[in-house]
Amino acid sequence: MLQFVLRRVIWLIPVIIVVSGVTFALMYRAPGGPWDLEKPLPPATVARLNEKFGLDKATWLDRDAVQVKVDEGVRNPIVLGGALLDTQFFNYLSRVFRGDLGPTYASQGTETVQQVIRNKFPISLRLGLVAVTFAVLVGIPLGVISAMRQNSFIDYACMFLSTLGIAVPTFVSGLVLLIILSQRFGISPIRRPEEWHSFFSTAYILPGIVLGLGTTAYITRLTRSSVLEIKEQDFVRTARAKGLSRSPVTLQHILRNALLPVITILGPAAADLITGSIIIETIFGAPGLGSLFVTSIGKRDYSTLVGITIFYASLIAIANILVDISYGILDPRIRTTR
Amino acid sequence: MTFQEPIAEQMLESPPLAGIDAPAELSGVPGDLAALTIGVRGKPRSLWSDAWRRFRKNRIALLGLAWLFFLVFVAIFAPVIATNNPVKSDVATAGTLRQAAWIEDPNPMRTGSWKYPLGTDSIGRDVFSRLVYGTRVSLIVGFIPMLVILAVGVPFGLIAGYTGGRIDNLMMRITDVVYAFPALLLAIVMQISFGDTRVGGLLNGLVLLFLSLSIVNWTGVARLVRGTTLSLREKEYVEAARASGAPHARIVFKHIFPNTLGAIIVAGAFVIPSAIISEAVLSYLGVGLRPSVNLNSPFPTSWGQMILDGSKFYQAQLWMLLGPALAIASITLAFTFVGDGLRDALDPRQSD
Repeated sequence: MLQFVLRRVIWLIPVIIVVSGVTFALMYRAPGGPWDLEKPLPPATVARLNEKFGLDKATWLDRDAVQVKVDEGVRNPIVLGGALLDTQFFNYLSRVFRGDLGPTYASQGTETVQQVIRNKFPISLRLGLVAVTFAVLVGIPLGVISAMRQNSFIDYACMFLSTLGIAVPTFVSGLVLLIILSQRFGISPIRRPEEWHSFFSTAYILPGIVLGLGTTAYITRLTRSSVLEIKEQDFVRTARAKGLSRSPVTLQHILRNALLPVITILGPAAADLITGSIIIETIFGAPGLGSLFVTSIGKRDYSTLVGITIFYASLIAIANILVDISYGILDPRIRTTR
Repeated sequence: MTFQEPIAEQMLESPPLAGIDAPAELSGVPGDLAALTIGVRGKPRSLWSDAWRRFRKNRIALLGLAWLFFLVFVAIFAPVIATNNPVKSDVATAGTLRQAAWIEDPNPMRTGSWKYPLGTDSIGRDVFSRLVYGTRVSLIVGFIPMLVILAVGVPFGLIAGYTGGRIDNLMMRITDVVYAFPALLLAIVMQISFGDTRVGGLLNGLVLLFLSLSIVNWTGVARLVRGTTLSLREKEYVEAARASGAPHARIVFKHIFPNTLGAIIVAGAFVIPSAIISEAVLSYLGVGLRPSVNLNSPFPTSWGQMILDGSKFYQAQLWMLLGPALAIASITLAFTFVGDGLRDALDPRQSD
């Protein structure tokens, strides 16, 4: 088990390197530089900013610097390697592993990306927590009810609703809900910015639920099909035969086993919630990381875009590891096979 | 929603299309009984005719399929169906945001007219005609990435699964790394990065969209096919083929690939709606399709772009937002119905 966890954690390193490399490369070749503002900066300022943030260095590998050192008579491979790798990308990469995602271009270097993430992420996290809580609290009971009353009206209704939840993208359901609330009931779900900063703000309820609709639908379906499968197994029949009444059998024997597959969906769900939060935060005006990502597109703030992508990629990877570990703890059968 | 979940769900419980060498099980009749009836009739049914029979009984899937055919028809005959040119702005209504045809408005300029069934947008373009043309983008943006994803994912999974060993390990590590990318974030970054290049300009940026939407998502198909191939490789009939000296290529193409087709089709059906949604999201964020000002453009706008426009003015002109929103909901719902139907038909053990 420990070995398995260690292997998965070490696997994070190449993942972060590749994610950083690819997004860095894509942003490096994107049009417009970091200091392109509406009012052009004087060239001297640009040069100073470039020097301050190491943007005057070579991009990937600095062969010229190695040549200079070799001409000076340096033969130490460590020194030569250091000169070769003293470039924008490798400096960035080494800073990423120290938790430094660099300055945001929009602030011209007065603020770092990790500071911005620290400020904005709690808002996205709260939204995500509301979404997951809603999905689990609604999805699991619905799934159990429809499985226990298979082919009843309730079952069909739940299945139809969950198909809707899976098929209709959250940004369509979010916008439609926004229309209904503001046009029909005159309630504006758009809140003032300061309302988002208290932990138990009602502002989170509606966007959180909309964000969680898709996950709710998946959990409902998965719970239903896995309860249906477990319901027919021998140990459940034995428990019933021994005279246990319906509810303890449902709760102790069926649910405990049926919920295992639901845990595996929480990894992909994390990725979905992150994707969804970008849209939901934009629609509902929540000042979280998702809407920051969108405004950074408009501002061409590439360092923020790269930083958030790396942050979210590691977050998804960690979520997947946690899911695997908890699955291993809860289901002894797979411990040996992995 | 991405398509990864149905696949994850499938991999989880995945006995991959194990019914093929036992058609009796697929027909839903208990084994020996079916064998008997088949013996009597003397005419074995193929997997595909069996699947089609099951699909035909699924009314909701048929409804979805009918709606999709209707949308394909609309996309092809858009120039005939559209009431106006989708790009041309009517100077007389520009800026007034004319309401949908059946809505009365105190302002005579904004009262609906059947000349513009769903009203006009902020610069006086016909919303209905734009909606009709938008069908083209949604359909093509669903189908082509699906083909790209299958074209990359299927051979990748087949090779990894059939070869096994170190090569399989290496290939799966590659998919793990690619899978770690948050798909939508990478697509956004791709769109920004290549938006102004020559590729980015082809067909208003459609070609770039095809790439951005498939760059991560092929991993799901690759994993699915690899998993299926791994278990098929150990089947007796494959062993028999190998023992009788069949070359690897023949085993893969004749014995393994056809048996993964069912799972591939189902996965493909779920890729399409997720690609459609991603395109809409990208366009909604302003990094998707480029708005066209060319009067003859075959792909002048997409529903995602219309939602972006509509969300700015929904209080004044509701249908600017509601029209494209309902259109996207209807197309993804139809694909999901068809996808569910295909899964039930091709892979009965997977169905709920």
